[in-house]
Amino acid sequence: MTLPVFELVQPRSLRDAIDALAAAPGMEPIAGGTSLLVDLRGGRAKQEVLLDLGWIDELRGITLDSHELIIGAMATIAEVLRSPAVAEHASILAQACASFASPLVRNRATIGGNLAYASPAADTAPPLLALDAVVELRSVRGRRQVPIAEFFRGVRKTARRPDELLASIHIPRAVPGTLSAYRKLGLRKADAISVVSAAARVVVDQAGRCELARIALGAVAPTPTRVGKAEAALGKRTLTSEVAEAAAKLAAEATSPIDDVRGTVAYRKRAAEALVRRVLMELVEKGGDA
Amino acid sequence: MSGANAKPTLTGEPRSGGRPGRPVRLVVNGRVHEVTLPAHRTLLEALRDLGYVDVKNGCEKGDCGACAVLLDGKVVNSCLVLAWQAEGKPITTNAGLGTVEHPHPIQEAFADAGAVQCGYCTPGMVLAAKALLDVNPNPSEAEIREAISGNLCRCTGYGQIIEAVQVAAGKLRELSGSGAKESRLLRGERAAESLRSPNGPGAVATPGASLTGERAAESLRSPDGSGAVATPRGALTQEGDVSCLPGSQEHLIRRGGEGR
Repeated sequence: MTLPVFELVQPRSLRDAIDALAAAPGMEPIAGGTSLLVDLRGGRAKQEVLLDLGWIDELRGITLDSHELIIGAMATIAEVLRSPAVAEHASILAQACASFASPLVRNRATIGGNLAYASPAADTAPPLLALDAVVELRSVRGRRQVPIAEFFRGVRKTARRPDELLASIHIPRAVPGTLSAYRKLGLRKADAISVVSAAARVVVDQAGRCELARIALGAVAPTPTRVGKAEAALGKRTLTSEVAEAAAKLAAEATSPIDDVRGTVAYRKRAAEALVRRVLMELVEKGGDA
Repeated sequence: MSGANAKPTLTGEPRSGGRPGRPVRLVVNGRVHEVTLPAHRTLLEALRDLGYVDVKNGCEKGDCGACAVLLDGKVVNSCLVLAWQAEGKPITTNAGLGTVEHPHPIQEAFADAGAVQCGYCTPGMVLAAKALLDVNPNPSEAEIREAISGNLCRCTGYGQIIEAVQVAAGKLRELSGSGAKESRLLRGERAAESLRSPNGPGAVATPGASLTGERAAESLRSPDGSGAVATPRGALTQEGDVSCLPGSQEHLIRRGGEGR
């Protein structure tokens, strides 16, 4: 089945791209196209003009500076997966990329596209929430940084304004005492959309107490989301299996999943609890090693 | 493999939705095609219209991998790439890896291992294997399974395919280990790849002269490093294979220094 007819604007620079968006706000950007083209073909999306971001070198690349890791929005999932800087400072993001769709899709799909498309099950979102990432939006009006926790506004809805482009993702460098873990539950090992996914990151002090806790879930609410009550359950405590158990229960209670082809509400809640327990137990074990 | 010689009769016709589109340069298996395509034409459709019917249309959703091609050396689903997005970038299909007479070691291994049943997934599987072995010459079984996890096969149960990739890996290691690369003619994809620019599109016209192997590769490399070489069958295979190209729609163009 052929795609519906559309025009494609192909700017060669970020400047040209945001100028084009300013002239025609609401034009849909196309990054890797691995979601958008499927939706266009299936009639779930309708666009007359697409803005191809694939020729803009400024949106590519992964760099590490003295305080943060900067990932260009057009970095492919495969590039994020292979990046040594990501492995060192955002290992849970690399883990999520490893189980992202298939190798073929990972060579096209981009991290910016995954976030901007704002699926509740977006694979890169829970790790980025747990990592306190910030996204940078660019427009002719300038640049604007939005914490990722404020970026997702609903199913397929984000804080990106119609004339803005998601340009980069910023992740603070990992600090000493950081422990993190990620798990994804799909219906099969490869090429699967998450039923539930969970990411956790804690920073522990010398005594092993949590100074900071982040727990984020995917596919259990209209947006990928942090679970604040579960995070609070870890506050200033030493991570133990009892603490993990309690936090997992709180996390599951905070979810508002839907029934769909991949799972029921009841299943998702139980799976969310199990996944949070498992990622936290992984941290307990890692903490014991440290 | 005869596909590359077919005429692009369907291109730019009814499926353009009444819009004429614009000229696009597609570099397939080292050959340059100039075709007029509308923006919504996928790379899969464009390739099949050009006669590269070894690229299969399976699910059109990026789930099955039957339409896999190497784009800039990376394996992708061509159903999820717009033809305009592939402009000027090297595209390799299964037929570009080798011929029936001179199969690529991966293709040979697939035949030998019984990894081909109905054959529909095979071109994509071979390319997924190629992409893996290019970066990991000695993969574990788990790594092979991971590498082909975006390619569905409903016949074999994957056992023979995994075996074929293991055999091919061994063969390729042997070939590179024995210094064959230096002393022998480059074959198939290897030759094509050695001529391809690492950083971008572009092709260099091949002279009518007969050039062989590594020597040909060296002499054809574009001086500024930005050009690739188009050859009749997408690959330099044997002595004298570099010759002029048949067909009027496809032609070789010098554009080593041009941008995208």
